[in-house]
Amino acid sequence: MDPYLRVDDLRVSFGTADGTVRAVDGVSFAVPRGRTLGVVGESGSGKSVTSLALLGLHDPRRATVTGQITVGGHQLVGRPETEVRRLRGQEMALIFQDPLSALHPYYPVGRQVTEAYRVHHPRAGRAQTRRHVVEMLGRVGIPQPQRRYDQYPHEFSGGMRQRAMIAMALVNGPALLIADEPATALDVTVQAQILDLLADLQAEFDTAIVLISHDLGVVAQVADDVLVMYAGRAVEQGSAEQVLRRPQHPYTWGLLSSVPSLHGDAAVDLAAIPGHPPSLIDVPAGCAFHPRCRYAEHAGGRCRTQRPELTPGGTPGHRMACHLPAVERARRYAEDVVRVGVAR
Amino acid sequence: MTAGDPLLRVRGLTKHFRVRGGLVRAVDGLDFEVRAGETLGLVGESGCGKTTTGRLLVRLLEPTGGRIEFAGQDITHAGRRALRPLRSQLQIIFQDPYASLNPRHTVGRIIAMPLQVNGITPPGGTRARVRELMELVGLNPEHYDRYPHEFSGGQRQRVGIARALAPGPRLVVADEPVSALDVSIQAQVVNLLRRLQRELGLAFVLIAHDLAVVRHFCQRVAVMYLGRIVEIGDRDDIYRRPQHPYTRALLAAVPDVTRLGSAGRIRLAGDLPTPLDPPSGCRFRTRCPNARQRCAEQEPALLRRDGGNQATACHFPQSGPLGVERGGVPA
Amino acid sequence: MSLSPVDGAAPAEIGASGSAGGAGPVVGRSPGQLTWMRLRRDRTAQVSGAMLVLFVLVALAAPLIELAYGIGPRDQFQGKLDGAGMPLGYAGGVSGEHFFGLEPGLGRDIFIRLVYGLRTSLFIAGTAAVLTAAIGVVLGALAGYLGGWLDAVVNWLTDLTLAMPFLVIALALTPTLTLRFYGQRDAVPPAFGVGVLIAIFAGFGWTSTARLVRGQVIALREREFVAAARASGAGLGHMLFRQLLPNIWAPILVSFSLAVPQFVTGEAALSFIGVGLTEDTPSFGRMIYQSLDYLQTDPAFVFFPGATIFALVFAFNLFGDALRDALDPKSSR
Repeated sequence: MDPYLRVDDLRVSFGTADGTVRAVDGVSFAVPRGRTLGVVGESGSGKSVTSLALLGLHDPRRATVTGQITVGGHQLVGRPETEVRRLRGQEMALIFQDPLSALHPYYPVGRQVTEAYRVHHPRAGRAQTRRHVVEMLGRVGIPQPQRRYDQYPHEFSGGMRQRAMIAMALVNGPALLIADEPATALDVTVQAQILDLLADLQAEFDTAIVLISHDLGVVAQVADDVLVMYAGRAVEQGSAEQVLRRPQHPYTWGLLSSVPSLHGDAAVDLAAIPGHPPSLIDVPAGCAFHPRCRYAEHAGGRCRTQRPELTPGGTPGHRMACHLPAVERARRYAEDVVRVGVAR
Repeated sequence: MTAGDPLLRVRGLTKHFRVRGGLVRAVDGLDFEVRAGETLGLVGESGCGKTTTGRLLVRLLEPTGGRIEFAGQDITHAGRRALRPLRSQLQIIFQDPYASLNPRHTVGRIIAMPLQVNGITPPGGTRARVRELMELVGLNPEHYDRYPHEFSGGQRQRVGIARALAPGPRLVVADEPVSALDVSIQAQVVNLLRRLQRELGLAFVLIAHDLAVVRHFCQRVAVMYLGRIVEIGDRDDIYRRPQHPYTRALLAAVPDVTRLGSAGRIRLAGDLPTPLDPPSGCRFRTRCPNARQRCAEQEPALLRRDGGNQATACHFPQSGPLGVERGGVPA
Repeated sequence: MSLSPVDGAAPAEIGASGSAGGAGPVVGRSPGQLTWMRLRRDRTAQVSGAMLVLFVLVALAAPLIELAYGIGPRDQFQGKLDGAGMPLGYAGGVSGEHFFGLEPGLGRDIFIRLVYGLRTSLFIAGTAAVLTAAIGVVLGALAGYLGGWLDAVVNWLTDLTLAMPFLVIALALTPTLTLRFYGQRDAVPPAFGVGVLIAIFAGFGWTSTARLVRGQVIALREREFVAAARASGAGLGHMLFRQLLPNIWAPILVSFSLAVPQFVTGEAALSFIGVGLTEDTPSFGRMIYQSLDYLQTDPAFVFFPGATIFALVFAFNLFGDALRDALDPKSSR
């Protein structure tokens, strides 16, 4: 069976006064129903641009989108806006980082969810719609949904607003949910609730989820598959087990070891990646990560000149884009990564 | 001030904000101390009053009540003139590397600001001192005349750190210094702060929501909830043997790269109550898995048990390693 | 993370903390220099800016132009008018000697009167705009930064000023003041009329700048760099002049550049209804006022002052808009 969402060689670029920004530069992935893909990256990695491209939300006057995006059998790139809009909401929905900016301050929350429902169910009766929406609000864990239906966004706490957003996104039972940093603006205890909720709802509706986050911990908690992006390119992808437990790419190693944890030795310095992410206007030649990579000189100079392709590595389904020879990689992994206690 | 006295002593510190609809008790009776060269972490979720506390310490806000002593002097209500000699010893680092630097000033001028404002001329001149500071925090001194917009987030945060270090402080309040930075940059800045703390013997009050960052920086940790400290103690005690149920829940909720999936995590139900109308008795009881009758009636005091350094404000403190409560908490 | 596609990528990612070499020397560019660069790239700004420079040069060099042209603003050429007082020749007497023709009736040269009128207009509008900006910045910045009772007083003053009917006060005040200082029959010196106009414009015009500055200061007051300066013990002077004002000169400049044309038309309007300048001061308003009697018989007399004032105001407004775009690249396109 074909995966519900399939992305092939997606490229998104923007023309700016200073040059062309290649925000996404050849990314491919697939998400079947019922599974979650975690997209990890720092600012400027292209992860949010990818999520907007999936929903067809880029302004064609500013952005050039090429490649293939197939959602439930429909090819999205190049399709007229009206058809994409119909798919959006019915087949796929988006959850933003900031629920306050996505909710209209002057309408009751219930009415906004109703609005989202009626767009795709114009013939549904009034009472039946309300019943459905109240049920949905209750389903996402909003207490007293009957009463909450008529309240305004400012009467909701941050966590409740995010729940309302999720209710709005899921009210039409979309098969694909794109969650762009869905819990980043929330406190850890509430963040944990929201992530659990997403997992529960996914089990119930058999949704395909693309979760975009800078937080490896969040991704580790909910993702089945992981895609690591750097400077608009995929540097490593595979199952969560493969990417987070047996990472193959030096950037992933760096990310994992630079995150402070609750278990490691608190007395030693964190293993930081030097430098900072590159400008997308002026991406380094060859491997985009090479100026920050500790191992760039071990691959015979190719890192500076030749862009590495995604190649299978380690176990089946695991792919990474790196010139480091397999033997050298295994040695470095054993010495520098496992020894400092990152991957367990 | 004698040698054993703490550098900073806070007693019963309160800050109330009058808003429409009542009184927000943002900070409601804090007691803690920071010794010279010591690092204290203030952790908690948004609305717990940790940022307000930081601003009270550097006197950006006027306390409603209580007492702040710095280097043996009462600075609770000291005016600008009276604070002057202490300003250079007490500095603050802000969260947002974009908002905390004046976009119209060169970084050299930004770093020199505390010197200029306090009329300090360092030996060798201001410019030399600023270049030295830039080197210290890992910036290229050649970039003295550049503007903030020409720097990345991590570099800007280094500028903010250099500014705080310029007058030679003894205590630095760092308000979420890394939370606005990219993951790979956070580690750089945490390491920088650790090195500066070690090399310069600085005392720090680190305000953060990220428990993992606090663990990597602080010798002592205070956990705040709704304007109160619910637990305070040495790092290892707090992280290995947390006694307060809130601390335990907070630790359990931290997303952890080393654990795949979400099995076996403690979940707190509900949201933070509004500080306009905090619950009676123990403020955490509305979300606490072990709340009983007494918790609603009597407010628990911050008490030391078993003679250690760890103090907990809970009627029914817990013991043992984390994870014991597994399954006992309603999701 | 922000949804902006170039977020985190756009700021010049220069050599990392001295470690990444070979990036080449990057010259530090201040926000002011960036604005200047954008302004220079903007065609509208170039054209309108050039026109403004031309207007200002003409106004400044009026006596020189008079010398070269050979005709003064008060010279009358009755001999070149017909019996009815209309200029001889086509288009209101346009000729090699009189570029824009002659006034009907008095027979004065329109071109040189426009040159001097431009001088009067620009002087009045420029001075009034400077005063307006000064009053507005001081009141707005103090009110915004200090807040409290001062803010309340300034707000109250602003509301009071806005509630006063500008035209009625201008109509009532000008003759009253003139009478107060120079009796019924005294000759009123031209400088007095100019001064009264400037005072009226400044007295009424400061409110918008004050509100703008107050709002900006309130927004900036919450920024962390302001808190950083306060935490270091900075005084009021440092806060206002070093920290806050350098960040709001951009909107002040824009409002200034848009206030000038407003005062140019204001002066013309007041002169038109007779409360502005006296007859012997050359001014756009008075010329247009006089020309209306000849709208049908001598349209050229209306056309030249009208076209000049239109070009001046238009150039100012275009330049103001271009300046706003250059100062804040996010506001457009």
